Amino acid sequence: MPAFWGRMSAVIVKEFKHLGRDRMTFGMAVMIPLVQLLLFGYAINTEVRYVPVGLVDQSGSAAGRIITQAVSATQVVDFQQRYHTPKEAEQAIVKGEIRAALVLPPDLTQRLVQHRTLGQWLIDGSDTMVSASLLQLRNMPLNQAIIDPNIAPPAATPTFDMALFFNPTRRSAVNIIPGLTAVILTMTMVLFTATAIVRERERGNMELIITTPIRPIELMIGKIVPYIFIGLMQVSIILLLGYWIFDVPVNGSVTHIYLATLLFICASLTLGLIISTLVQTQLQAMQATMFILLPSILLSGFMFPYEAMPHIAQTIAEALPATHFMRMIRAIILRGAELDTLVFDSLWLIAFTLAGITLAALRFHKRLD
Amino acid sequence: MADSRQQPHSSQPTHAGHRPDAVEYAIEANRLTRKFGPLTAVDQVSLQVPSASIYGFLGPNGCGKTTMIRMLCGLLSPTAGDAKILGIAVPEHAEQLRTRTGYMTQKFSLYEDLSSEENLKFIGRIYSLSGKALIRRVDELVETYELSTLRNRRPDAMSGGQRQRLALACATLHKPDLLFLDEPTSSVDPENRRKFWEKLFDLCDQGTTILVSTHFMDEAERCHRLAILEAGQLRTEGDPQTLMNNLQSHVVELTGSRLRDLKTPIQRLPHVKSVAQQGARLRVLVDIGIEHPQAYLAQQLPPPAPGDDFQATLVRPNLEDVFVTVTHSERQ
Repeated sequence: MPAFWGRMSAVIVKEFKHLGRDRMTFGMAVMIPLVQLLLFGYAINTEVRYVPVGLVDQSGSAAGRIITQAVSATQVVDFQQRYHTPKEAEQAIVKGEIRAALVLPPDLTQRLVQHRTLGQWLIDGSDTMVSASLLQLRNMPLNQAIIDPNIAPPAATPTFDMALFFNPTRRSAVNIIPGLTAVILTMTMVLFTATAIVRERERGNMELIITTPIRPIELMIGKIVPYIFIGLMQVSIILLLGYWIFDVPVNGSVTHIYLATLLFICASLTLGLIISTLVQTQLQAMQATMFILLPSILLSGFMFPYEAMPHIAQTIAEALPATHFMRMIRAIILRGAELDTLVFDSLWLIAFTLAGITLAALRFHKRLD
Repeated sequence: MADSRQQPHSSQPTHAGHRPDAVEYAIEANRLTRKFGPLTAVDQVSLQVPSASIYGFLGPNGCGKTTMIRMLCGLLSPTAGDAKILGIAVPEHAEQLRTRTGYMTQKFSLYEDLSSEENLKFIGRIYSLSGKALIRRVDELVETYELSTLRNRRPDAMSGGQRQRLALACATLHKPDLLFLDEPTSSVDPENRRKFWEKLFDLCDQGTTILVSTHFMDEAERCHRLAILEAGQLRTEGDPQTLMNNLQSHVVELTGSRLRDLKTPIQRLPHVKSVAQQGARLRVLVDIGIEHPQAYLAQQLPPPAPGDDFQATLVRPNLEDVFVTVTHSERQ
């Protein structure tokens, strides 16, 4: 029995020494709970507030203004834009500028008196969590507040008519599966490139490569191109299975889906390259990938609506390629948007890729010191 | 260049630096120094390597051989000092040298999961060979380095000697003028080591300058010139024969029946530099200042017991004696 304890404690002591000397692993052991706590604490907010919406007030009446104020007062929505026609509002929804629009018809005052339905919400139904919040507004008791508290409206008449676009049956798979492409690509693309370069360094291949005439940029691009095909293959698998098994509609053009995916793959691969210039071992590359992956899952809008997150979480989310791609891929697949309406996110990914490649090539020296 | 070329093992000092005008140096290092934090891995090493010769770095592990080679390749920047490779300053213009130098790393650095042929073709394409020229060059190398039966084999299924042949083939694929070999034969058996050196002499005959690091004495003895490094410092430099002839020690071999008991008292003698047991003999290095080393030893030691066939013989120094002498004298 003493031999048992002696040998086992030798292993324990040795393991503690390894941990103490691998500062990265030890740092991750401390950082991961810290970061997770903050991410989950901030990001997980199923009660969605201040959803960005638009207003189409065709009545131009005092009643219209009062109703808009009453709706704002619920804090469920935030009127950010005004549109002249429902058509314009729909386009804004497709682009992703707003999640919904309230259309108040010209005969609003009359409808108010007659206890009819006041107006219509045009809702982007793709995110079930957001649409669930908006659907609360359907029966909000407006009539009393405005005309006369004593007149009770007929209970059967809803205040607003709700038109759910893109996902009328409110299935979460419709929103999750396009988003899954962003998560899976982040996971694999970042990890593949990071480890592919670090592996060459660990195995000693790099010492040979850097004594050849190859230029850093040639090596970098050469290392990432094969993974572009892997990424495109993964996206095809996810979307085909999503279409066949989960009936996820593909409303946008396949070309635009692949173009957007290509932009995101390139951004993720460069992120992997940057990581590879910062870490020494494959294990560290994996840990660093986790650091990118967690916020990409939690903050990108994949699990929880972007709108529901506090400002600071949104700022972090904006710095992640996955957030931009999440918006693009959902807009294209679910709302049939085209890339030219997603200019900001497209340019952001292109800029990220170019800056990333440059940074990685600058950081990668053909030296060992 | 042609007049500096030599036959293997010749000891004529044709390129020993007597005629600096006539000699072109492939490597010139001037007070090259490299520090890693508090450790000085290479300490002000200056040397000149004549073109088309085989130059050896001999030294124990950790003496700075690899650091020295990495600096000369332009992979590490020196902390101080400078170096010219084929007349070009490194590390500043190291990129210009990439097509003219080859480097075989100490650790096998080809791809374990690519076959020999795939590795060769990959390296070939990195050096801008393609099409028929690439195929021709790969075929040549496969023949020269006896890889024909190993074409489709991956390095992870090859022996130490086979792996080194493949690595040398890759390092010489672009016909470099200067070849750096960092302990190329440390995992190779003596038979294959001899064959490997035949290839090196072939390359040298074709005009390639070869810098090879080693901790094997027999291998160091094959070099045209040799630098002995210890603790980052250059202890001595020259062609092996001259180094052995100019040894600052007498080498005395002792035989007898009580050698183990004698070792410690001999070691304590003031004019003895080292004592090493070699089978049934003790090899003793005695200061060159002692005129009759055998008599000196006999005087200093207790008289042999009756029946002890104690004998002291003066023998020819070998490279190990040189190594022990130069590293020993610096330590004192």
